[in-house]
Amino acid sequence: MSAPTTRHPRTGVDDRAPAPCWSCHAAVRPGELFCAACRAVQPPGGLDHFARLGLKAEFALDAAELDRHYFALQRQLHPDRFATKSAKERAISQSQATSLNEAYETLKDPLPRAVYLLRRAGIDIDPGDGATIKDPALLMEAMAMREALAEAGDADAVAKVAAQAEAERGRALAAVAAAFAAEDRAAARAAVLRLKYLTRMADEIRARRAALRGRQGTAP
Amino acid sequence: MQLHEPGETPLPHEGAGSPAIGIDLGTTNTVVAIADRGKPEVILGENGAPLLPSIVAYASGGAVEVGEAARRRLLDAPETVVSSIKRLMGRGAADLKGLSGSLPYDIAPGGEGMVRLIVSGRHLSPVEISADILRAAKARAEASLGHAVARAVITVPAYFDDAARTATRDAARLAGLEVLRLVNEPTAAALAYGLDKGVEGLYAVYDLGGGTFDISLLRLEKGVFQVLATGGDSALGGDDFDHAIAERFLAVRREAGKPAAPSSAEAKSILMTARLAKECLTEKTDGEWVIELGGAVSRHRLDVPTMEALIRPFVERTVRICAGVFDDAGVDPKAIQGVVLVGGSTRVALVRRAVEEFFGKPPLADIDPDVVVALGAALQAEALTRGSDNLLLDVTPLSLGIETMGGIVEKVIERNTPIPVARAQEFTTYQDGQAAMAIHVVQGERETVDQCRSLARFELRGIPPMVAGAARVRVTFAVDADGLLTVSAKEKSTGVEQRVEVKPSYGLGEDDMARMLRESLEHAAADMERRLLIEARVEARRALLALDAALKKDRGLLDDAEYAAIETQIGLVEQAMASDDRHAIGGAAEALEQAVKPFAQRRMDKAFAEALAGTSVDALARRVEEPDERKKEPSGAA
Repeated sequence: MSAPTTRHPRTGVDDRAPAPCWSCHAAVRPGELFCAACRAVQPPGGLDHFARLGLKAEFALDAAELDRHYFALQRQLHPDRFATKSAKERAISQSQATSLNEAYETLKDPLPRAVYLLRRAGIDIDPGDGATIKDPALLMEAMAMREALAEAGDADAVAKVAAQAEAERGRALAAVAAAFAAEDRAAARAAVLRLKYLTRMADEIRARRAALRGRQGTAP
Repeated sequence: MQLHEPGETPLPHEGAGSPAIGIDLGTTNTVVAIADRGKPEVILGENGAPLLPSIVAYASGGAVEVGEAARRRLLDAPETVVSSIKRLMGRGAADLKGLSGSLPYDIAPGGEGMVRLIVSGRHLSPVEISADILRAAKARAEASLGHAVARAVITVPAYFDDAARTATRDAARLAGLEVLRLVNEPTAAALAYGLDKGVEGLYAVYDLGGGTFDISLLRLEKGVFQVLATGGDSALGGDDFDHAIAERFLAVRREAGKPAAPSSAEAKSILMTARLAKECLTEKTDGEWVIELGGAVSRHRLDVPTMEALIRPFVERTVRICAGVFDDAGVDPKAIQGVVLVGGSTRVALVRRAVEEFFGKPPLADIDPDVVVALGAALQAEALTRGSDNLLLDVTPLSLGIETMGGIVEKVIERNTPIPVARAQEFTTYQDGQAAMAIHVVQGERETVDQCRSLARFELRGIPPMVAGAARVRVTFAVDADGLLTVSAKEKSTGVEQRVEVKPSYGLGEDDMARMLRESLEHAAADMERRLLIEARVEARRALLALDAALKKDRGLLDDAEYAAIETQIGLVEQAMASDDRHAIGGAAEALEQAVKPFAQRRMDKAFAEALAGTSVDALARRVEEPDERKKEPSGAA
């Protein structure tokens, strides 16, 4: 999975003045979903992904809580709730739901979440595909694993490589979590790069499995 | 009782308050359903059948028949009949090369853009043909409900690409239906199952229809229906089983020295026999079928193992697709709570065995696989118009991207991304002074453009002269909750802004749409006539019911001769209602109203007398005031 390509403001705190409701011109506080006066849905505004989902901006995240918040917000904002409303309200609901989905997709999986957190802190991870590896140790590891995958000629051999890559990925995840917990940004950056590479490796393993499936098929 | 001039009729219940229907526009059959307070029900045809065959017959005189009537035409005039048109939705002429040999259609030669079929001398696009099916579905609902229907939720295969979705929406517009939402078929099925059976957890929906295959993985919990991953093949279904069986029949005929290459009409008839054989072999172990073409008769024995050998490659393909989707999602197929079967082709025993083996548990088919999608569509139609606590969260089935230098695809939105979604990416010029940039939008998973589906091409012009690489063209892809894509582009660095909204290459241009709407107006006279007939019947029935109630109460106000006269008029109205002549219904109703007038007058007098008798002046005054009080309340509360 790749990180989102759109840029976001880096502050989660919203100290802007209230803005007029587009429908009735009553004052609406930034971040409010609906106008208190006329109940019209309000545009999403430039909220931080964590703030949008009502979560603390940290790497450790309770997946069940994320889902709960996301579902509760989509229940109010999804275009299905506005199917019989005016074109303007439908359009606003779509941009609200779009922003929610983007926030959810960014925070749901650890890698994009970590990349996003680093970017908030002013550290841009190469937005490319992580193909260029500068850390010599990681480079060696990558070459060895690629070689093993290339040599794996059947499903069992691929599964072996996959198990090894998965174990490494688990360790990398733990390293990322530890670095964020210790607020060590340099360590976090290094760990995220390694996690990024291992996630890419998992994609390649999946592609390899799909190719093998296509060749032999399974007899029902 | 009121009668209206044609064209001036205020349609009963039309507009925001009218209930919306759910339509499963299938390759083989179309099903219409409506939900009331969370209880969905299939709307039956006049013949009592739940399924409306997705078959259209075009007589040379211009008459259009849909459903069973059209299916019967397959026997005597197969060249006028179109079936399985869904397979061509959103397809361009170029997509059919290599396919046309086995397709039972006559395709209009040449032509850019959308495919056109030649049927009874008319050139028809799949959109127009689908619109005829949707008109019949709408008419079925109107005849059953007794009022006009203007809004619908229509289902599409999850794996339908953008062009096919747009084509479906255009067909509905031609048929006079506002599409509240396009819902993916497996998602609709999950909605029906989740609400009816109260299931929770991870579920797979395996949907093998006549022409399309979908597999969706969903998480169901507390009214949330979240699609996690979806995959499929929009050209794989029971039709392929029929083709494989038909090919075998043809091979046997060839061996017997019978003329081999069938015309498109003969191909239809062989396909129909193959289909019958397939359906028969879901119940029996073997059988014999006879094909007579051009006077040459051949007999064909077929047993279940032979048929299964013929269709096995297709079933295996569905299992491989399932494996891919579950691998992508990182979910073990055996770890899910259950797998739901959808689509008529899941009746085939081999399909059920394959599904059971892959998921390691017997599949669920408690809701009829032929109608479950329509039931879900009806539930969603009700949810969208009357509100609901349930939430459907769907994803894009296919990645969307842009062609970059060298024919490589740069993906902008990955498959299985929750919708609605918007993503932007920046591109730049590669030549000094480049004033325009060609943008080619594609859909698919492959890395090179020629292996993906081309959706649209457009050119961003008016880029000011700059050195190569200095321009910043921001291309934004937005997919709405219907799964439909809009692409826009603007050059940012100089503040010069250009936006281009894109229509799919194989979609309808505005000119096409205008022409088709004009043509559909020619049908509109017939549609209006049908609507007026329905209204006349409804109005007459309402009057009869009111009169019946009045007679029960105040029979005593009439002498026997007057009563007999009214009874005669009632009989005449009932007789007229049984006919299809709305003028006769209106005339009889008018005559009845005249006959009833003295009776109505007497009832009014009696009611007035009763109201006055034994009532104090105060109470009477109150009673007179009350209606005025009521008038002050807003009348449009409903």
